[in-house]
Amino acid sequence: MLDLFVNAIVAGVFLGGFYAAVTLGITVAFGLLNVVNIAHPAFVILGSYAAYVANASFGADPVLTGLVCAPLFFLIGVVVYRVYYASFEKTGEESLRGLVFFFGIVFIIEVGLLIQYGVDYRLVEASYLGKSIQLGPVGVAFRLLIPCAVAVALTAGLSLFLSRTFFGRAIKAVAQDAEALRLMGADPVRIKDIAFGLSIATASLAGALLIMIGPVEPSMNREYIGRVFAVAVLGGMGSTGGTLLAAVILGVAESLTATFYGPSWAVAVSFGILLLALAVRPAGLFGR
Amino acid sequence: MGGARFWTAAIGVVVVGLLVTRVISNQYYYFAAYVILQYIVLATAWNILGGYTGYVNFGTAAFFAMGAYTSLVLIKALSAPLPVLLLCAGAVGGLLGLGLGYLTLRLKGVFFSIATLAMAVVLQTMFVNWEYVGGSRGLSVVRPARAPFFSNYVEFLFAVMLVIAVAAVAVAWWIEHSWVGRGLTAIRDNEEAAECMGVPTLRLKVLATTVSGVLMGIAGAPFPYYVTFLEPGSAFNLDYAVNSLAMPMIGGTTTWVGPVIGAILLGTAQQVATVTISSALNLLLVGVILVAFVILAPQGLVGLARRLTARGRA
Repeated sequence: MLDLFVNAIVAGVFLGGFYAAVTLGITVAFGLLNVVNIAHPAFVILGSYAAYVANASFGADPVLTGLVCAPLFFLIGVVVYRVYYASFEKTGEESLRGLVFFFGIVFIIEVGLLIQYGVDYRLVEASYLGKSIQLGPVGVAFRLLIPCAVAVALTAGLSLFLSRTFFGRAIKAVAQDAEALRLMGADPVRIKDIAFGLSIATASLAGALLIMIGPVEPSMNREYIGRVFAVAVLGGMGSTGGTLLAAVILGVAESLTATFYGPSWAVAVSFGILLLALAVRPAGLFGR
Repeated sequence: MGGARFWTAAIGVVVVGLLVTRVISNQYYYFAAYVILQYIVLATAWNILGGYTGYVNFGTAAFFAMGAYTSLVLIKALSAPLPVLLLCAGAVGGLLGLGLGYLTLRLKGVFFSIATLAMAVVLQTMFVNWEYVGGSRGLSVVRPARAPFFSNYVEFLFAVMLVIAVAAVAVAWWIEHSWVGRGLTAIRDNEEAAECMGVPTLRLKVLATTVSGVLMGIAGAPFPYYVTFLEPGSAFNLDYAVNSLAMPMIGGTTTWVGPVIGAILLGTAQQVATVTISSALNLLLVGVILVAFVILAPQGLVGLARRLTARGRA
């Protein structure tokens, strides 16, 4: 019983680390830029399929594919934001039509993948994925360990980028006061371009991690929409450290639910946390 | 459209629809028309909240499925008659809207939208795990042997959905022409200003969500009899969510005509496309059309028509 409990907690922590990778894009897009990109999980699934295709045809390592595809995803992100800005944000129509726009993108990605690859679950092969290490009574599969390690590295990298570099600081500035930034002679739209591109680029890597953890199918993005927004809201919107901690909380809660009530209830946890966070503390754990 | 003319037209549509059942005997047309009428109800219901107030509901499938499953439980447990099914399904849909609206409508609109998305996933999980209604495998439903007033049950279901669709449009028309509609429009245009002018914004938003939920629940009530086999995958199908918002967006969200036009056009196109090309491809088409309309014709077809007539006059 205790073993089961400890195992569930450890697995939850690692799962949570991975959830941070999926949420980081939302932390930037929704938390900092105020763009409600509900299509983010769909881009993550797109990343998974990129990793799957590269793995199935060339035997490429999924993490490597995630890194190689990131610039391409960055460009897609820039294009999507340009269209979004020109059509909705500029005219102040983003609340209703912007949401519908992203919902349409979700739909196009999902059905596009469905037509191309069907409803079957896809997975990747790599020599290290089947292994695990034993830490006392607790076994940790590489399948969980590596995605978590990469996710933590990604979080740390993004956090450093936002606080140390010129562009990172500019992104934070645009989140606080775009008008002031314009007065300082910088172009807020160009900075948002880069920030949104960056947020979609993280989806490339997150998708590769997702397909390492388990098999993926096109409609999986839907269960992640609840998760990523629960984590982003709980993490205090726009804080990378908060995102990581909130993701670990969600991961542990889901893992405990899956162990003691059955795995099919795990998706309900994120909704519970989201509603609770919205009802009790909409500013999140680390909100300003 | 004035009150008298609207009501005459509404009653006229019902009468013509009922007369048609005496003439056409090909069952396929009733099957197809039922789906289109169902979309008129869903699109109109979605628009009462989405179009009039600007709060986007992504969970139409959840409201619809709650209605369908309420019916299924009542059929299995009590073999309840159709009017009871409609009533109870509407009540369940309304309660769901009331609860969700009360919890999330105080916050920014996006949180309501995200909550509706997450709610659909969670409710689907619940029904997948609920053995009484067949779990993930689903449950088959036996239609009553004979239909009242009609020669067969499909024609009867068509007539029922026709009356529901006209009633739904009438509700939307009434809301639009009453103080409720003016309040909702004020919320869409500027919520803070509306609140300052004494419009009870929260109460109106919760009211709109509830009415919308009632209509979506009722739309789902006859669904078990229509498909005769209900499973979570078909009841919670994402098609409902995307179509019920695509149709008003394409038709136009500011008046009751928009969703009706959108539902008839898009619904008919999909019925034809499902027969002629694959259903996955036709869904992709809906997605592309939706994005194109949202970017290029934000006021929908009604807006386009208005712009054209205004130019003609000038």
